[in-house]
Amino acid sequence: MAVVSGGTTLIDNGALDAGVSTGSLTLLSTQTASASATIDFTSGIDSTYDSYVFKFINIHPATQNANFQFQADTGTNTNYNQTITSTSFRAYHFEGDLNAVLEYLTAHDQAQGTSFQNLNYIGNDNDMCAVGELKIFNPSSTTFVKHFVARSQTYGDGGGQDLSEDWYTAGYVNTTTAITRVRFKMSSGNIDDGIIKMYGVL
Amino acid sequence: MGLISNGTTIFDNGSMASGFGSSLKFISKATASASASIEFTSGIDSTYKEYVFYFVNLHPANDAVQFQFNLSTDGGSTYAVTKTTTFFRARHREDDVVTSLDYKTANDLAQSTSDQILNDGLGNDNDQALSGSLTLFNPSSTTFVKHFISDINEIQDNDMSLRGFLAGYGNTTSAIDAVKFQMSSGNIDAGEILLFGVS
Repeated sequence: MAVVSGGTTLIDNGALDAGVSTGSLTLLSTQTASASATIDFTSGIDSTYDSYVFKFINIHPATQNANFQFQADTGTNTNYNQTITSTSFRAYHFEGDLNAVLEYLTAHDQAQGTSFQNLNYIGNDNDMCAVGELKIFNPSSTTFVKHFVARSQTYGDGGGQDLSEDWYTAGYVNTTTAITRVRFKMSSGNIDDGIIKMYGVL
Repeated sequence: MGLISNGTTIFDNGSMASGFGSSLKFISKATASASASIEFTSGIDSTYKEYVFYFVNLHPANDAVQFQFNLSTDGGSTYAVTKTTTFFRARHREDDVVTSLDYKTANDLAQSTSDQILNDGLGNDNDQALSGSLTLFNPSSTTFVKHFISDINEIQDNDMSLRGFLAGYGNTTSAIDAVKFQMSSGNIDAGEILLFGVS
């Protein structure tokens, strides 16, 4: 970009880059859930950025303790069934001070699975929700698999006693085809409320 | 920022903000200098859905202390929001004798209004300090609880690298509008805390 006034270059591409921060975290798009079955990001995921960060704010499910989950796809495909190998663990603690635990979650990892990848559980009392972020690294690579790392914090319903859960999920989409789209949904029911923002990171 | 040429606005604050610039917006910075506490009583509102506090080389006056925080819903008059949290840590001592990954129940809270510990036994040797971040989500919501996530590394008093993972929620649907940091005993001798909003 250049700005020229009366034949005088006030700023040009280089000067803009040097003088005005273009930033390392750039907001690309925002989607707001409202009884949404899915939230899809189908554009903007390309080779422009080295990695992409999805931040989810106050995700509130329609169904009690549904899993918030994601999958990815290539090209213009809409199957969202890429092969994933992943790890999952969490720390949780009940409000009544029971069961303060750090544990690996075999029920939430995948070994060359094509299911949606769980990121957490979320209760659906009115004040319950989840927050966190999912990072996907170099999705446009045609050489490497596509690594992802997520951390999310949730307010869950533990069957009579509410709890705080700190979830960690990581793994890779086992493909050397460029990932171009990402879908978020609940394991059952809609995403009642919440915001998901996608950022590019240089 | 705006650029006006011969009375014509080439671009202004709005267009610049939407087209350029990082989504990480600096709000304020506090520099500790034998400070009993550091409070952020402004700038935490509905402007952003996410606020990040960055801790840079916080150095305590006392040895083996906990760096801790609390939340306020009344502009900082009181800091006593009910919290439920988890805390676990990874540790490795310089002599290679201790390595562990474990949950620490002494550092979590269950519906407590006490200050929340962010680390685990920070040392006060001249070269010892902690750095890391605390993220507070949508503090102005009047619908949901207020989640927070922290990731901090420190040098423990017994010469150990310790990474603390804290997360939890302020169990209130009132807006959070102030945050206070302090050591469990003694002053924050030195260091910086920077507050950013994420747009």
